[in-house]
Amino acid sequence: MKHYREPSIEAAETGKPSRKGLVFLAGLTLLFSSCRLDMHDQPKYESYEASEFFADGQASRIPPEGTIPQGGLRQGELLYTGKMDGGDSELFPFPITQDTLVRGQDRYNIYCSPCHDKVGTGRGIIVRRGMKQPPSFHIARLREAPPGYFFDVMTNGFGAMFSYSSRVQPRDRWAIAAYIRALQLSQNASYGDVSEEDLEKLEEAATE
Amino acid sequence: MAQLFHPNINILIRILVGVVVVLAAGLGLAYYQGYYSVYFSQVNVFREQPVMFSHKHHVNGLGIDCRYCHTSVEVSSSAGIPPTHTCMGCHSQVWTEAPILEPVRESYRTGTPLQWVRVHDLPDFVYFNHSIHVKKGVGCTTCHGQVDQMPLMMQVNTLFMGWCLECHRNPEDYVRPREEVFSVSWVPPSNQKELGRRLVEEYQIKSRTNCSSCHR
Ligand code: HEC
Ligand code: HEC
Ligand code: HEC
Ligand code: HEC
Ligand code: HEC
Ligand code: HEC
Repeated sequence: MKHYREPSIEAAETGKPSRKGLVFLAGLTLLFSSCRLDMHDQPKYESYEASEFFADGQASRIPPEGTIPQGGLRQGELLYTGKMDGGDSELFPFPITQDTLVRGQDRYNIYCSPCHDKVGTGRGIIVRRGMKQPPSFHIARLREAPPGYFFDVMTNGFGAMFSYSSRVQPRDRWAIAAYIRALQLSQNASYGDVSEEDLEKLEEAATE
Repeated sequence: MAQLFHPNINILIRILVGVVVVLAAGLGLAYYQGYYSVYFSQVNVFREQPVMFSHKHHVNGLGIDCRYCHTSVEVSSSAGIPPTHTCMGCHSQVWTEAPILEPVRESYRTGTPLQWVRVHDLPDFVYFNHSIHVKKGVGCTTCHGQVDQMPLMMQVNTLFMGWCLECHRNPEDYVRPREEVFSVSWVPPSNQKELGRRLVEEYQIKSRTNCSSCHR
């Protein structure tokens, strides 16, 4: 009996290419497995990614001075500076509607209430944890301050308070200024200031 | 020619082949399981950060809104990571001596940004956008979990394609009213299906399962 099998003609014919095939397959697998990761982390920068190319190590570049971003053309000094005739503006750069006030309330609660609290008395949670106490918005000096003044404080900061200009867009800063006006009114209002209809709503809310 | 191998070797070879096949299958399964596992997807893994920043303290303890720090989340694809200036708005006054905050102060002094370690990172061939999800009523906690309970940030969902699609196919199971998007205490009500269907109609939410939505 012969246990050792001579290679058949068939095997001899198919053996070679199949070996090539195997090597090819192995190569392909290797190729694609490396491809996989290439595609996962492509040679492009995502927001905030670190960079080995730029000297400061940041992928996000600071635009050259004077660059105007798309949609960033600043027309109308009042809207962006809060100034009019060299002083803080007494006027808003656009009409204040109910929507503006709602937007202002929303932004105020996010960006200002941690320190100034929701009604503006200056006793927010961060103040209770050691932040310098800001003055109440209901003192005479601030009740008389023009809207442009509040815009200016948000834009440039004030004493211990940092600027919010990078986080709150100009229109939103005006909306907040308008909402602060509303807060100031709310803390010094009398029955006579409220319309019949709104009084009913208030009483309903109070009895709920 | 003299016989090289004993006839019994044949059986051995067969067994060996069997073992190799089983091993290969096992390895394949392990790879598959491993790929879709908690380990590979980095779920529930804390990352070492340059500063031990705690969402639990700032969100739960102090009640600061996500947008105070993640400013661009409503308007852009990226939520944004706060610059040192944002931290120093408070920490120039609060905990000014704490050694734990020294890297923040140093960053502020030198103008060198803090290098946070990314926690969530989709492959670059996937397009994701925060603003559309926020506008259509998908809450932060639906995707990021209870960040208000995290002393250090971690990922709670796999971020696999199947996970995205589960919601894109059935948005009504997940959406909430827009005013609740940033809330960390919102839980789906018992009538979520009903509420969800109403919101899907109101916000005109479409089921996005086309490949080009996410692979563009
Ligand atoms: C991190 C805490 C903090 C936040 C948040 C904050 N402020 Fe202040 N704010 C202060 C402090 C502290 C002062 C007092 C600064 C001083 O006197 O040195 C102040 C003062 C002010 C003043 C009074 C300036 C004066 O003439 O006395 C105004 C107006 C004001 N803030 C508006 C705002 C508005 C609007 C926002 C939201 C966009 C805001 N602040 C957010 C801490 C904060
Ligand atoms: C006081 C500032 C602050 C507030 C408020 C805040 N975050 Fe963060 N967040 C950070 C910082 C800093 C990081 C980066 C360090 C880290 O990953 O912990 C971060 C990281 C994250 C990440 C992970 C980013 C990544 O690398 O993948 C998520 C998700 C996140 N925050 C969600 C939220 C949500 C949701 C809220 C609101 C409930 C919130 N954050 C409120 C400062 C803040
Ligand atoms: C709105 C104010 C505010 C901002 C903005 C803020 N913090 Fe804090 N942070 C606090 C207060 C207040 C405490 C003290 C907590 C307490 O007393 O419970 C604190 C505590 C800390 C602590 C030590 C306690 C802990 O949580 O483990 C670290 C670290 C810290 N903050 C880091 C940061 C970093 C980093 C940033 C910027 C991404 C930041 N904070 C932004 C107010 C703030
Ligand atoms: C539909 C799911 C989903 C929702 C809802 C969501 N996120 Fe994310 N978030 C992600 C994914 C996915 C990533 C990773 C993005 C990437 O790698 O490009 C991410 C990344 C982040 C990051 C890291 C920085 C960045 O933008 O890549 C922060 C911070 C963050 N999210 C905060 C938030 C906040 C705050 C909210 C709520 C307003 C929120 N996310 C809502 C899925 C979500
Ligand atoms: C919990 C629900 C939920 C999850 C999870 C989710 N999405 Fe979405 N996604 C939505 C909703 C709702 C929309 C809005 C659909 C519409 O009406 O246009 C949306 C829209 C999108 C859009 C815009 C589609 C377009 O064509 O305008 C992209 C891109 C997207 N999602 C990517 C992702 C990716 C990538 C993931 C996973 C990492 C993901 N989403 C996870 C709910 C979700
Ligand atoms: C809702 C968003 C979304 C849609 C729609 C979507 N994908 Fe994906 N896809 C992803 C995400 C996220 C990943 C990365 C995570 C992963 O590997 O599961 C991914 C990964 C992939 C991968 C790579 C898988 C791997 O193992 O690396 C392929 C291939 C793919 N998608 C094909 C498709 C095709 C084909 C379609 C259309 C039928 C499609 N995708 C539709 C979000 C999406």
